[in-house]
Amino acid sequence: MSVDPAIGILAYGAYLPRLRLQRASIYACNSWFAPGLKGLARGERAIANWDEDSVTMAVEAARNCLGGLDRSQVRSLTLASTTLPFADRLNAGIVKEALNLADAVAASDATGSQRAGTSALLQCLGAAASGPHLCLAADLRKALPASEAELQQGDAAAALLVGTGAVIARVHGIHSMTVDFVDHYRAMGERFDYWWENRWIRDEGHIRLLGEGLRAALQKWAVAAQSIDALVLPAAVSAVGAQLARHAGIRAEALTDPLSATVGDSGAAHPLLLLAAALDQAQPGQKLLVAGFGQGCDLLLLETTEALLRHSRTQVTAALARGCADTNYLRFLAHRGLLRLDKGMRAEQDQKQPGTTLYRHRKAVLGLIGGRCTHTGVVQFPRSDIGVDDPERRVGTQEDYPLAERRARIVSYTADNLTYSPAPPSCYGMIDFEGGGRLLTEFVDIEADKLAVGREMRMVFRIKAVDTLRDFTKYFWKAAPLNPPTGAGS
Amino acid sequence: MAKGIKDKVAILGMGCARFGERWDVDAEQLMIEAFGEAQRDAGIGTQQIDAAWLSVAFDAVNVGPSGIPLATALRLPNIGVTKVENYCASGTEALRGAVYAVAAGAADIALALGVEKLKDTGYGGLPVRTRGTGFDMIGVTGSAPGNFAQLAAAYRAEHALAPADLKRAMAHVSVKSHANGAKNPKAHLRKAVDIDTVLKAPMIADPLGLYDCCGVSDGAACAIVTTPELARALGKRDLVTIKALQVVTSNGWELQSSGWNGSYLHTTRIAASRAYEEAGVRRPREQIDLLEVHDCFSITELVTMEDLHISERGRAWVDVLDGFFDAEGTLPCQIDGGLKCFGHPIGASGLRMIYENYLQLLGRAGPRQRSKAPRLALSHNLGGMPSQNVSAVAIVGLQGA
Repeated sequence: MSVDPAIGILAYGAYLPRLRLQRASIYACNSWFAPGLKGLARGERAIANWDEDSVTMAVEAARNCLGGLDRSQVRSLTLASTTLPFADRLNAGIVKEALNLADAVAASDATGSQRAGTSALLQCLGAAASGPHLCLAADLRKALPASEAELQQGDAAAALLVGTGAVIARVHGIHSMTVDFVDHYRAMGERFDYWWENRWIRDEGHIRLLGEGLRAALQKWAVAAQSIDALVLPAAVSAVGAQLARHAGIRAEALTDPLSATVGDSGAAHPLLLLAAALDQAQPGQKLLVAGFGQGCDLLLLETTEALLRHSRTQVTAALARGCADTNYLRFLAHRGLLRLDKGMRAEQDQKQPGTTLYRHRKAVLGLIGGRCTHTGVVQFPRSDIGVDDPERRVGTQEDYPLAERRARIVSYTADNLTYSPAPPSCYGMIDFEGGGRLLTEFVDIEADKLAVGREMRMVFRIKAVDTLRDFTKYFWKAAPLNPPTGAGS
Repeated sequence: MAKGIKDKVAILGMGCARFGERWDVDAEQLMIEAFGEAQRDAGIGTQQIDAAWLSVAFDAVNVGPSGIPLATALRLPNIGVTKVENYCASGTEALRGAVYAVAAGAADIALALGVEKLKDTGYGGLPVRTRGTGFDMIGVTGSAPGNFAQLAAAYRAEHALAPADLKRAMAHVSVKSHANGAKNPKAHLRKAVDIDTVLKAPMIADPLGLYDCCGVSDGAACAIVTTPELARALGKRDLVTIKALQVVTSNGWELQSSGWNGSYLHTTRIAASRAYEEAGVRRPREQIDLLEVHDCFSITELVTMEDLHISERGRAWVDVLDGFFDAEGTLPCQIDGGLKCFGHPIGASGLRMIYENYLQLLGRAGPRQRSKAPRLALSHNLGGMPSQNVSAVAIVGLQGA
């Protein structure tokens, strides 16, 4: 298949949750049972907070990708993940509301394998002429305690804006192959994967299947293997990366960091995350070969352009730098629902969400859109028929006023040990937005002793609460520090 | 132009149940306990009551809806009973209903009774509850201490106050209330504490430690009100009359506009000014003899001293540390122990404050009686949280004061 050379990637973004669980801390608790995991007990993995999931992480990656771009240009979005919170509610639809995209966009979820991210990307590229398309991939993978997967996996999201025009990376070729090679699987409704033997996966899957795919793609694209500047392989393959490159004739230096030591394998999101990392490092005119693996493989060859230099190119490097080391394995288990804590009676509050109210207020709740009075200019959240601070009490004077991308400062705060929170103390308080409007909100990604009146914050899309009786996740916005404290997490 | 309520209504009798963890009784018995005392004080029969208001704040594990629980418990004589709920200000709200009915001439004798049975919830502190479908999607419910603790952060920032200085002043508030509560046989907490104990207590919601927070209690309190003329006709000599009764309800300005800095109670400032105007009080720091305020948390009491225009802005902490509000100070505050130690059965608290002021004005407060005979006493009853609340200020005094 020939690909229009004007098609490619317009922008990219990445998101890593703040905490990095030390693998040594995981192993320290599990070594009594699984001493054989010692070899994997090195480095750290990104772990989503209790109030993050594939939807919220995708929203953050998308915000990083879109930056100051005009969001009304986006024609469609796809969210690829094998850990979508809803089986039948368009997860990408939640992302659409959070990003305040126009109602007239197409949106779809892509799932089913570890290459869901690359497959979604290839689909977007194939339809680039009708773009721009926002291709998102996120995974919050769940693994059993004392499993290899628990040590190897990580949580992350990546976003690519795909279309035509001033692309930062042009598509040179795409190739896919599909073979029902079941290295692992997870049946519908189950929580955990079931894995087959590593040696078979390596020899038959990574070396033979992916190797064949690589050679076939290079041949099809008529590209000299030696000219590949960056080879982005799935993290799972990294142990045989050098072997694969050698067999395909690609220079060993082209292999990029699989982020195994710092993030972990973020599943469907990982190839896109690694592509973002490669774009952070690339120079114009370089060839990037990206592979996704899962029941076959997807292969994509990109060539960077001069436009790359105009893009913010610290997406993954900045996200890596924001990381805070975490050694609290028990908290991780509790947040993944793998350790049942006595939450106390305060946790018993019914979180039932009326569907009717959420629908009526979706712009405020999911999009953090407030109101601005067209007479007084006063900004408020949420908007209301009679505005605050209008001495004439006029009805219906407000226009939509998005607040999610506005910075804010803390007016008041506390660290509450009494109220139920999955991550006590519950930090919250009042913030004032630049340009007007205020919100009583929860604070995240900050330790209680770093809270201060006047501190600059930014908004992040998070899980507000989960109705465990009816399996419904409630989302809203919270405030995180604009310049997050780094170092050790609590 | 409305002239207000001053001296139009007299208190015929008041009663208050023993507050505390009343494992032995239901809300019905608490109501009977408070009402029995008020009825003996008033010297009337139940059948003489024309209308009644019942204040209860929490529905979760409590008496249930409507005025029926009060009508049934007291076997009221087939009269209208209105249940009111206005957060923790419900007690004063019930009194407002009864007082207005008498002032309007619609009732000769009216009853206001507040009750709360909180110790059936299974845990300490206030029950967790919804704040409405709209707020629940976008707001932060938090705990009561967490909501009020934010006053401290904003107050420190507003007045450039060192955390340790404010913490010590807050501690003094609680030490004083514990000393006062120890003298009150109906109080929930009757043990004095020293300042080190308060300062070193476990943190509940930064910077509020355990002793900066009032607990919650079971209890009931009530007032029987009538006109001054009828009170005299019924044989009352020394009359305590209502001088002012003001309620101000947040309209979202604090929560949504940008004018409020989080360090004070906007509603209390307005309610206090209106109450002084209604009562003809021009210099509250000199003219008010006793204060009962809504000390749900030490920081609330502290900032309320400014919001009631008693202390200068940013100086309440100095007045507190000077002992200005101690039982032997210039203007005693919480001479009965306050919410902190008398206890906080939500729906009853506003009436409990007025009960204490009423006893003090009549010189009937026993060992905790203020030495200098008071003539005007103020109560401040606050519901909700600093950013969204109901503030009620009542002034009662001797007739002629």
